Amino acid sequence: MNISKFLAMGGYAVYVWPSYGLTATVVALNILWARRSLRRAQREARRRLAALKLAALP
Amino acid sequence: MAWVWFHRFGSPPYFYRVARRLTPWLGWPALILGVAGLIGGLGLAPPDYQQGDGFRIIYVHAPAAWLSLMIYVVMATSAAVGLIWRMNVAHAVAASCAPIGASFTALALATGMLYGRPMWGTYWQWDPRITSELLLLFLYLGYMALRAAFDDVARADRASAVLAIVGVVDVPIIHYSVIWWNSLHQAPTVMKFGRPSMPASMLVPLLLMLAGFSLYFGALLLTRARGEVLRRERNAHWISAALEES
Repeated sequence: MNISKFLAMGGYAVYVWPSYGLTATVVALNILWARRSLRRAQREARRRLAALKLAALP
Repeated sequence: MAWVWFHRFGSPPYFYRVARRLTPWLGWPALILGVAGLIGGLGLAPPDYQQGDGFRIIYVHAPAAWLSLMIYVVMATSAAVGLIWRMNVAHAVAASCAPIGASFTALALATGMLYGRPMWGTYWQWDPRITSELLLLFLYLGYMALRAAFDDVARADRASAVLAIVGVVDVPIIHYSVIWWNSLHQAPTVMKFGRPSMPASMLVPLLLMLAGFSLYFGALLLTRARGEVLRRERNAHWISAALEES
């Protein structure tokens, strides 16, 4: 298969490649956002745990 | 039997542990299916006899649109379960759906615009399918804004659950919009009774993409839901157990 012919997408390149590019971006960002949201919750939980332990001290 | 399963998943520590172990089992197959779908969709499938190579947008547009609907159904169902059985894990799952669903609804609209321009000659039309899909985006955004308006997680859970459940009527409207009304958008090719109107060389990559995106959503959902479950937990004993496992 010819690479430049593949990239040209039969004249539809300006519609096909931005669609795939946007999709790749949304897929990657969602992975990043999900991990960040979990890490933030873990950080908050660690802080809350420290406070709970402190409150339980005699 | 079913009830044992239901109660187990309602237990935050159990959910947290199982979700963590399950995530890679969804994520890696999703990657494999996605790569196979891309090779099939961009390389192996023949150009369409009417739309030429432009039809290849369907391999990203249809999965995005499918996720936008599936995620909403998952969100509304878990919100209902959370409301009826006062189950925190279900509320955590519902809350985790919204940002993922909103992003894929926006993607479905954006790729739809890029698909519409060469095929219909316009980026945008106030067409039943497009308008009802835009409403879905506003439902997701409204749900997130409503949650953000509460400081108390439990109250945010209850209020937003009602919105999620009411909004679910938009899902069948979106699906049937192309049948009920005269729409620019084509009628279903795959999600219909009878045989899909596509040759296997075009259909198989599409099914691979749909399966891959669904599993990928599962992995994202479990990751986010673990954080949301942790956020709702006040029991020091299991918070420390969960954090040790990480």
